[in-house]
Amino acid sequence: MSDSRDSEVNGEGKTGLIEKKISRRDLLRMAGVGGAGLLLGASGVGGLFAAKERSEAKSASKAALAGQDQIVNFYGEHQAGIVTPPQDFIVFAAFDLTAGSLDEVRKLFQAWTKASAAMASGEMLGSTNDNLNLPPSDTGEAEGLSPSRTTITFGVGASFFDSRFGLAAKRPAALADLPAFGGDELRAEWSGGDIGVQVNANDMQIAFHAIRNLARIARGKAVLRWTQEGFQRTSGADPAGATPRNLMGFRDGTGNPDVSDAAEMNKVVWAAASDGTPWMDQGSYMVVRRIRMRIEVWDRSTLGDQEATFGRHRNSGAPLGSKQEFDAIDLAKQDEKGKPVMPMNSHVRLAHGDGSVKILRRSFSYSSGMDHKTGQLDAGLLFICFNRDSHKQFIPMQQKLGQSDLLNEYIVHTGSALFACFPGVREGGYIGESLF
Amino acid sequence: MRLKMMTFLLACTIVFTGCSTSGEEKNEAAATQAPSNTEAGAAVSEETWAPILESYRQFTIEQADTFIIETEKFVTAVKGGDVETAKQLYAPTRMYFERIEPIADALGDLDPNIDARENDVEEKDWRGFHRIEQSLWEKNSTEGMGDYADRLLEDVKLLRALMETVEVEPSLLVTGAVELLNEVSSSKVTGEEERYSHTDLYDFAANVQGADKIYQLVKVELNKKDAALDEQIGKGFADLEEALSVYKSGDGFVSYLDLKEEDTKKLSQLIDALAEPLSQMGTILEA
Repeated sequence: MSDSRDSEVNGEGKTGLIEKKISRRDLLRMAGVGGAGLLLGASGVGGLFAAKERSEAKSASKAALAGQDQIVNFYGEHQAGIVTPPQDFIVFAAFDLTAGSLDEVRKLFQAWTKASAAMASGEMLGSTNDNLNLPPSDTGEAEGLSPSRTTITFGVGASFFDSRFGLAAKRPAALADLPAFGGDELRAEWSGGDIGVQVNANDMQIAFHAIRNLARIARGKAVLRWTQEGFQRTSGADPAGATPRNLMGFRDGTGNPDVSDAAEMNKVVWAAASDGTPWMDQGSYMVVRRIRMRIEVWDRSTLGDQEATFGRHRNSGAPLGSKQEFDAIDLAKQDEKGKPVMPMNSHVRLAHGDGSVKILRRSFSYSSGMDHKTGQLDAGLLFICFNRDSHKQFIPMQQKLGQSDLLNEYIVHTGSALFACFPGVREGGYIGESLF
Repeated sequence: MRLKMMTFLLACTIVFTGCSTSGEEKNEAAATQAPSNTEAGAAVSEETWAPILESYRQFTIEQADTFIIETEKFVTAVKGGDVETAKQLYAPTRMYFERIEPIADALGDLDPNIDARENDVEEKDWRGFHRIEQSLWEKNSTEGMGDYADRLLEDVKLLRALMETVEVEPSLLVTGAVELLNEVSSSKVTGEEERYSHTDLYDFAANVQGADKIYQLVKVELNKKDAALDEQIGKGFADLEEALSVYKSGDGFVSYLDLKEEDTKKLSQLIDALAEPLSQMGTILEA
């Protein structure tokens, strides 16, 4: 009974051949029946030709087709994916190098640069995509799709500067290991890495395609160490682009500095040669923390507790005691009993401090199925922030939070990494050229 | 362009009519395409290929001949109820087969008859090495294995006889090398191949040796065509051999159970690091 209903819904046998999506094999079968299939399957044949033409299309016409707003230029003074407005999805990957020489590392970054620029423009990788004797150079799942604002951002971790490649002297002081924070339960399987790669796109399949192909290009030179996928509400679900909510239901990122304010970005995000590491001039330091939320515990806490924990109203996102999301945070405000309206150990209060230290948050939610030890959801926040010097910005902030944040009852940090993200490159250059 | 595609489509029609699985389709598509590449002027000529193919044929025949001799010893031990000797001979004997598995694959039912694992085939059809492996290690016995031993030897001899009928083509070599590593990747490095004896590393090593043999045979031609690729593949084999040597024990290898997750991960990633450039070896079939 239900079977027959399903098949009607699917349109099997009911929909005409023309409307039905025709697979290549169906088409070839039909072609076998006296070649009449070629006439019938007009859409299918057209598709075959289109695929061929698509792979030959120049990026310019592709861009026109997709709309320029779908492309974030890979090349530029800064790497894309830092002050770029956050896309809908992330696939983060940390790699460990297996390459035996710096020359091999250089070749890897050259190949990655070329591939990343192509993927940001929605182009196919490589030139052997139509050769039946070889594996296709592009894995194909992003073919014909809009570039979807793909950005790919590269950084190197402290282990990159060990004895292997002779770069120990070039390790930035700002890349010193993060200290242990309160609330850390770090696991090796989600921590560290010689290289960190952040891929963002407004399409999950496109983001996955990018990491998959970068890992493929790296074979023999680098291996995956850990990966984490993440998401936020899509731009489709929230065309107005309000501050996204994390999985606790609260807005996350309200206090971010203004990315269109170049002076502010120079202060908060971009490293300068004068900081002591010339090769990091116009680069930035990326902190990645995999923060699991104790979802089940959070869900049974009262709204009053939840709001006191964050220091914001859940609905409006306004600081406690205020009406609007972007109202200034007033730490001095007291209630009628003389107690601070914004609890002393609330998350926002601690993170805000005196307002002088800022970071650029660029976090995504994650859901990685469930924890089979407890039967609970493994979900939370893939916290990512960029700052000019983690030791002056992120670390002092997190030290305070780790010790006192009311939120700690509901979260646990399970993964951690810090990467020095290179400055951007001009076309013809390659990521990392300022270092090696 | 359009006309060419049309011609291609119509040519395919003849081949595809009635074929039922997508796997078949892919293989046949590759087969139909191959001749046109040759016409276009392949870099490696037929005269160059001939001795390479002949060398590979000889290699597989030698392996198969020794496989018969070693299987006879194994079968004798099984039928004689000598569990210990049978256990000792089991893994080394299988290596002769694992080195030439692409050939066995090309011979239809023979591969499952010799090498099927439990549940790969219906219970009534399950025979071959792994049926006996189960009895040796799970029951520590050869009881009831006599018939399976006899049939195994027959199948192994049949394999050798049928090998005369296999035409070794360049494409078989090129894809065979990658298939051998895919075998390692999907069942040996996971410990699923030898689920009772845990002698997976023997198969692992033999598959790699089989792939290396093919690479050695085409190496000169490959180097002419793409020296960087040749170097990458050579390094991949060397890295893998070095990593594998850590697990040597006497004439053989340690049990799969002795491997930790970090060991299998390392081996698996080395296989991927080698198989990726190896999969580009088809470039020597190109103009």
